[in-house]
Amino acid sequence: MKPPVRTLAALAVALGLATAACGSSSKPASSGTSTSAAAPTTTVSPGLTGSLTIFAAASLTAAFDDIKANLKTSAPGLSLTNNYAGSQALVQQIENGAPADVFASADTANMNKLVSSSMVDPPQNFAHNALEIAVAPGNPKGVHGLSDLSRSDLKVVLCDASVPAGKYARQALSMAGVTVHPVSNPLDVKAALMTVTSGEADATIVYVTDVMAAGRGVTGVPIPANQNVIATYPIAVVKSTKNPQAAQAYVSYVVSGPGQKALQARGFMAP
Amino acid sequence: MRRARPPVGLLIPAVLALALIVVPLIGLVQRAPWSSLGDQLSSHAVRQALGLSLRCSLSAVGLSLVLGVPLAWMLARTSFPGRRLVRALVLVPMVLPPVVGGVALLYAFGRRGFAGHLLERLTGITLAFTTNGAILAETFVAMPFLIIVVEAGLRQVDVRYEEAAATLGAGPWRRFWRVTIPLVFPSLAAGAALAWARALGEFGATITFAGNLPGKTQTMPLAVYVALETSPDLAIVMSLILLAISLVVLAGLRDRWLGA
Repeated sequence: MKPPVRTLAALAVALGLATAACGSSSKPASSGTSTSAAAPTTTVSPGLTGSLTIFAAASLTAAFDDIKANLKTSAPGLSLTNNYAGSQALVQQIENGAPADVFASADTANMNKLVSSSMVDPPQNFAHNALEIAVAPGNPKGVHGLSDLSRSDLKVVLCDASVPAGKYARQALSMAGVTVHPVSNPLDVKAALMTVTSGEADATIVYVTDVMAAGRGVTGVPIPANQNVIATYPIAVVKSTKNPQAAQAYVSYVVSGPGQKALQARGFMAP
Repeated sequence: MRRARPPVGLLIPAVLALALIVVPLIGLVQRAPWSSLGDQLSSHAVRQALGLSLRCSLSAVGLSLVLGVPLAWMLARTSFPGRRLVRALVLVPMVLPPVVGGVALLYAFGRRGFAGHLLERLTGITLAFTTNGAILAETFVAMPFLIIVVEAGLRQVDVRYEEAAATLGAGPWRRFWRVTIPLVFPSLAAGAALAWARALGEFGATITFAGNLPGKTQTMPLAVYVALETSPDLAIVMSLILLAISLVVLAGLRDRWLGA
């Protein structure tokens, strides 16, 4: 029997699109609402020229978008591309040769994987972040703390344990002695938050900064300090960078005054 | 006809095309952890993901057969207003990026989606983040393959057999089951195999609509993606299983497509 030509053509198209859809998700910066986050510095930052690709943990999206917007005025000669994903996914991409110049991780464990394979320069810690429960606006299900997350009437989503936020969330739950049966394990914090903003899940554990970035899309339920886990964010220059001077200047910018101001405006704590 | 000697201008790109397909497969196979293959194959993670994938993909094929074959028959044997539009709609999931399909499913069949809301109120069933949701996502992307192959098969069948059955007193239902289905059986099998392969490989729509939970919605492709970041050997082993299944499907279809 002869193959139906149209069938084969459609098959080829469908499979091509299927693979294309699984590609990396580098998004252009688009947060136009954050002009108040940090006043642009008037001095032009030295060394920040050429093009840089920053691989950053998904929880850094808003803050690094702000930094990018600030650098547009203070370093006009710099072309910046930010790629956000779960830190574990970024490590895997860098290990397989993705063209990153700077890597900012949401935990030291993932950064240390690249340190031990000598793929990055010595990292510097640049921020801390705390965990918070995110629920639907107005908290209709009455979630008041970690212990509520074991309730059977709640659909709870936790980031996969390979994602820093998922690892921290599980640490916090075990400290509080709470057992949770999540309905899904998304692969980064933004995907976890999306399940709550879309109404599919009732609660998730993300960073304080994610709840802040989601604005009125979610309500945050604080986790007391004795149950909370503080995340440490390290940043480092990727050794294979073609623009080491600018990469180093970018790291210096993030760990110093203007970068810290942008991060703290988005809810991060100083290192 | 004598076989022509290929000009270099065609030969080189042809060899490159073949290399493009074969080289990645070599990359996968040469990284396989052969020494620990047995342990990996029998590990809980692999068995759980494989079991779930088989359950979901076979359910998706079952659903596609039950719903898709009647639609293929309608498209091939009847004429109704808007038939061309219906045919075009059937093809949409084939050209739509699967992740977009997942978003569409979420906003239709999610808890806040109009259809999902109604379904939950009438039956108490929710689909998002459930195994049923994964089956629905796989059916969405796989059913069109079955429909178009079966429709093409129906168009090739000689309708005089059905007419002869009619003159002998067989009703339309009986004609469909006793004459039409046996005649299109090869297309049915090929369409089902293609749909099965597509369902088994589904990633984008599943992770978007059904989520990612081991044992519930984390099918093989999702498990491969997650494992790649934590235990690459496991990811490679699971990839090899999917590759082996694809080869089996191809072998099953060889009479139909590899004959030329």
